[in-house]
Amino acid sequence: MSKTLSTKELAKKIINDEQTLILDVRNTDEFDDWKIEGGNVEVINEPYFNLLDSVDPVSGKLQKDQEVIVVCAKGGSSEMIADMLEEDGFTDVYNLEGGMKAWSEHLEPVKIGDLSDGGSIYQFIRLGKGCLSYFIESNGEAAVVDANRMTDVYEKFAEEKGVQIKYAIDTHLHADHISGGRELAERTGGVYYLPEKDAAEVTFEYAALQEGSDIHVGNTSINVQPLYSPGHTLGSTSLIVDNQYLLTGDILFVKSIGRPDLAGKAEDWVGDLRDTLYSRYKELSDDLIVLPAHYSFAEELGKGGSVSARLGDLYQRNAGLKVEDENEFRKMVTENLPPQPNAYEDIRKTNMGKITPETEEQKEMEIGPNRCAVEG
Amino acid sequence: MDAAKVLDAKGLACPMPIVKTKKAMEELNIGDVLEVHATDKGAKSDLAAWTKSSGHELLKDTEEDDVLKFWIKKA
Repeated sequence: MSKTLSTKELAKKIINDEQTLILDVRNTDEFDDWKIEGGNVEVINEPYFNLLDSVDPVSGKLQKDQEVIVVCAKGGSSEMIADMLEEDGFTDVYNLEGGMKAWSEHLEPVKIGDLSDGGSIYQFIRLGKGCLSYFIESNGEAAVVDANRMTDVYEKFAEEKGVQIKYAIDTHLHADHISGGRELAERTGGVYYLPEKDAAEVTFEYAALQEGSDIHVGNTSINVQPLYSPGHTLGSTSLIVDNQYLLTGDILFVKSIGRPDLAGKAEDWVGDLRDTLYSRYKELSDDLIVLPAHYSFAEELGKGGSVSARLGDLYQRNAGLKVEDENEFRKMVTENLPPQPNAYEDIRKTNMGKITPETEEQKEMEIGPNRCAVEG
Repeated sequence: MDAAKVLDAKGLACPMPIVKTKKAMEELNIGDVLEVHATDKGAKSDLAAWTKSSGHELLKDTEEDDVLKFWIKKA
């Protein structure tokens, strides 16, 4: 019997930038669409059905004493292949428990920094999908921003820190993943904030996230200052936390910018996106640390696994912020857009409360990468 | 479509539908058709990819009431 590796253990390896060799035995279409990535991750793809007679097609590419992590969609085929590799003489083979389905759900918390009153801010990295959410805690209270569906992870974290989740805030109506914001607020007795302009069709009660109405976390009031920043969606709103951090949602990423087409037509919102990135954000302090809601590339994972950058630096090196010509910018964000995220229309409807799929179905809907960015 | 054999792989999780399909195909003659019934959603893309890489021909596939059916001709 081969050994198993949990998603938590794999996440630690990737975040610590350890050399990681993955044998992905899903079929090649699925592999090409979405795979495990990281700075020091090497992935080999060979579908399990090509290895049923013998593992020869891959054994030549690997050392027998090398650590090999076998991965498939749900963990069944990878277990079989891992056992076959062991029988073939491999000594350090692991099966990733639960496969890509479980990997898609894993959230890894990383501390970003301290706040001025002794509180702190954490980034929860969903390595399997590139989603980033935030946990801001101060004086016994907490706010969670852009929470994922797996709300128990934030609840457990709050319990460990001894803080009460008071606010769940979504910077926009998400199209790539199912929001946990509403459920988290319901479970903790907190308030769910959503920008009003993204909530036109929602079927539930919420508090309007709007510029001018600051949110206070903890007694000494860590300021969470909403800044209206449309472009990815009509309502997209950024948050300035403690005058240090700029939570940009899906408007600005470290190496790319948000795409304007997931909730309507790209042409309609390209002007808003341009205005937010080239005017509104430009008026802010260069020293703000940008904390986006997504990343697309393994190289965006910085030291300790976190994804962040100084706003002033992004104006120097993010290609999406350096397009002088407005027509050229328009072309970039309306033409050659990447494929849309899996099931994005049903995900939006779920986030509006219009449909309530079973948990298993929700997991299927979220399979695949986030695809919320346009590469400049 | 005349199938030489029907394989019931309903309720089986990956990798078993393909493992059983492969075995059943080995027992057929060239040109025979195997009909496979499965409920594992992953079987659809995996069987299509497997027939391609093994040289067999996927003649048809259907989905009714959560049951996936495939007709594969042995090469």
